[in-house]
Amino acid sequence: MLLALILIPLLAAIGILGGLPARLSAVVASLANILVATYALSCPACSDGFSLQVLADPNINLSLGITGISAIMVILSVIVTLAAVYSGKCPEGREKLWYSSTLFIAAGAIGAFLSTDVFFFYAFHELALIPTFLMIGILGRGDRKQAAWKITIYLAFGSIILLAGLLLATAHTGSFAFSDLKEIPVAAQNTVALLLIIGFGTLVSLFPLHSWAAPAYASAPTPVAMLHAGVMKKFGLYGLLVIGMKVAPQGMLHWLPWICVLLLGNIIWVGLVTINQKRLDLMLGNSSVMHMGYIFLAIAALSANPDNTIAVPAAVLLMFAHGISIALLFSLASVVEQKTGTLEIAQLGGLAKTAPALAFLFGLAGMASIGLPGLANFAGEVMVFFAGFADWTPGESMGWVQITTIIALWGVVISAVYMLRAYRNSFQGPLVKATENASDIHNCEKIPSYILAITLLVVGIYPKIILQFLSN
Amino acid sequence: MQAHLIEFITVGFGLVLLMIEAFTKGNKSQIGLVAAAGLTVILIMLFCPAPSCCPVPEWMERFYSDNQTARFYKIIAVISTILVLLMSVDFSKVLTKFTTGDDDDSATGEFYCLPVFACAGLMWMASATDLVSIFVSLELVTITFYVMVAFMRRNVGSLEAGVKYLILGALSTGFLVYGIAWIYGAMGTTDISLYAEILAGDSYNQSHLLFGIALILIALGFKVGAVPMQLWIPDVYQGAPTPITAFLSVASKAAGFLVLMTIISPFLASELTSNSICTVLLIMAGATLLYGNLAAISQSNFKRLLAYSSIAHAGFLLMGVATQDYVSVSFYLGSYLLMTFAAFFVLALIRSEEDSDELEAFNGLGKRNPALALALTVAMAALAGVPLTAGFWGKFFIFKSAIENGVSWWLLSIAFVSVAAGFYYYLKVVKAMYWHEPRDPSPMRLPIITKCVLVILMLGILLFGVWPQPILDLLK
Repeated sequence: MLLALILIPLLAAIGILGGLPARLSAVVASLANILVATYALSCPACSDGFSLQVLADPNINLSLGITGISAIMVILSVIVTLAAVYSGKCPEGREKLWYSSTLFIAAGAIGAFLSTDVFFFYAFHELALIPTFLMIGILGRGDRKQAAWKITIYLAFGSIILLAGLLLATAHTGSFAFSDLKEIPVAAQNTVALLLIIGFGTLVSLFPLHSWAAPAYASAPTPVAMLHAGVMKKFGLYGLLVIGMKVAPQGMLHWLPWICVLLLGNIIWVGLVTINQKRLDLMLGNSSVMHMGYIFLAIAALSANPDNTIAVPAAVLLMFAHGISIALLFSLASVVEQKTGTLEIAQLGGLAKTAPALAFLFGLAGMASIGLPGLANFAGEVMVFFAGFADWTPGESMGWVQITTIIALWGVVISAVYMLRAYRNSFQGPLVKATENASDIHNCEKIPSYILAITLLVVGIYPKIILQFLSN
Repeated sequence: MQAHLIEFITVGFGLVLLMIEAFTKGNKSQIGLVAAAGLTVILIMLFCPAPSCCPVPEWMERFYSDNQTARFYKIIAVISTILVLLMSVDFSKVLTKFTTGDDDDSATGEFYCLPVFACAGLMWMASATDLVSIFVSLELVTITFYVMVAFMRRNVGSLEAGVKYLILGALSTGFLVYGIAWIYGAMGTTDISLYAEILAGDSYNQSHLLFGIALILIALGFKVGAVPMQLWIPDVYQGAPTPITAFLSVASKAAGFLVLMTIISPFLASELTSNSICTVLLIMAGATLLYGNLAAISQSNFKRLLAYSSIAHAGFLLMGVATQDYVSVSFYLGSYLLMTFAAFFVLALIRSEEDSDELEAFNGLGKRNPALALALTVAMAALAGVPLTAGFWGKFFIFKSAIENGVSWWLLSIAFVSVAAGFYYYLKVVKAMYWHEPRDPSPMRLPIITKCVLVILMLGILLFGVWPQPILDLLK
């Protein structure tokens, strides 16, 4: 059952390369995946897991499982995948590459989240990275070669550091299975934690290793930007939660001051950079880097006290919410570009008059990303801030996490500034040349947007629908 | 049939081929196909178990062992020779151009016979258990290579490569013989199987022994392309005919490592000598990794890039030897065969079609022939060590045993930096193929032999990438 979640997109991608109708197969495959995922999650008996030994010594198994955090990440992946195959405008004649790469990325991401073996966890992620690089390099926009080369080098570097960390950790635990991961000797924890923080951190665009992200998302084809910013980037956070915290909690505690400083780099520094962006896509790319800081804040709270019960749900909920909202924003940004021919904020204006539905959706996604109550991100961010103060009793002096949380709260203001300014300049005010004749979003493009928007609303009002998976 | 006859059969087959070459007229590249077919038969014989009825005769026993590891390396040698021959057939256009200078291919016949002799030498080397038989088989291989490297006599690069290889090869042979003499002097025998016993006693002179081993390490460093004996590699690889470069890069390196492991394994196992040898090996590994990877970054010629990458891989392999993880080293060499030959097949085709080895010649290959570009992408990903390709497991096993054996952190950091650098320069090729516009947008033709071989190699890389167990089973 779980293997099908990986095989459906994988086989569909191979089929598309072999001549199946590209768009149709991609849509069918991603719909099928949603159904399979729903089925697997609704009946725990049939999602019991799957295991196939590939290597006897060292013992490496292709084993899959869907519990807790991974269930939520898989839901995120299948939803964003469906939206991604509907989004963006595929250049004439490149349908095969476009849709097959999208499905390859999806298969890799789902595989990474389903794997319960360190090796395949790592390998599936790499599998998803290669089509990402190729798609940006081949079908990207603007300065695509530069951007693609940068993301390739950064993420390859990050993956190697990560591999070093994982190997060192598994050398101590003596097994690759997630179920055998346990706290390793204290002497090795600092090194392992450092390697994992740098490795996973590069993949998540932790400050100062973040500079690949914004240009890559800006020039990536829309489905790639949606899948990478929405889903793949959560891989690093997921890894820190399920591996980092498990094998090296002491090490994470050791590096806590550094994590705090760096995540403030994400929130404050990159936030200020985001305010300064002149293009919609670069602004979204930078904002996605900025929001990673909040999730790191939850991880920092967890490192400070592994018994912090609110930190894991906070991190996971925000990962989910951010994944959905950033995918929606990238999808809508590509609609804006198709309708007006530009993403320069200065050349846009008054779009709400000619394209009210687009403006409404963009406004909704923008508000979600700022953290407006009622939308999923709000629940996540509030929980993160609560997690930051969960261990603090009034009267006590504040620790690293509490001080960081207070500073990080300013990030909310920063994101309100850039998002509202961008919204005002693009969608309100008088019509300008580019927007005079812009048509509204049409039905086909509405499908992915509504899927994502409704998810944001539902999870925002009733977060338990997602968080229930963590309890069992 | 007795196990040791297989090398004699191979040599005999080579002689028959020379006769055929001398007495037939017409298309000489056909001989390459005949030779490949004959070697395929020998390959099948290697997979059959040796009959228990007729063991290796007593006079041969001291020089010859027939075990699973030896068979594995023989399989590597025969498969790479077959691939070299097939590649040469598709490469005949360039060969003809640089031997006689016109369309007459009458001077290229030997080119298809010589690899068979090198193959026989490599097979003997795999089974050799005595310093004398190691030396003799090594020379059979090296002398054949002298001829093959300089075969394109109207090409200055090939001649330069030949001279360089000859001079440095002769120098390294000198080191080897001198080293063997010192070890013989210290141990009193050339039979490697007795060394463990002698080392357990105290009837040998340790400083004499270590000096001999140092000389041998230098000589074998030349064969495998390890610092400080790596300087010949870029020039010789670039100048030699492409199939021979592939041969040097895979079979010659594999044999070099096997000999290295055969000779030093008793010394690494003994506590008295292991520390100093291990230190030297690890320093060589670190220097080789740094040199190969850092120098590869700036290359703009694909063949030269592969030469530096070959040095880089030698560094990883030396790490494996130093940690005495011989199974990993053998696995690495087996997977290295698949991916290196895939890269060289594409290179040989581009050389024939575009008349250039430069990276620029690969520009836009993704548009001109998507299947070929995909094959090279997989090969480059495997060489870089991307998971789910065979290349990943090799590095993975080596790193694993290095970490478990407590190799010091500075070498591990160098190795990890090397992998990262590898990503950079291997993916540079992928970048050229997909992101740059071709000079000449016409579709590229894919000859049938290259096509079939590439499909098989791709399947091998991906299959062993997901399921490496079969290769490990061969080594048990």
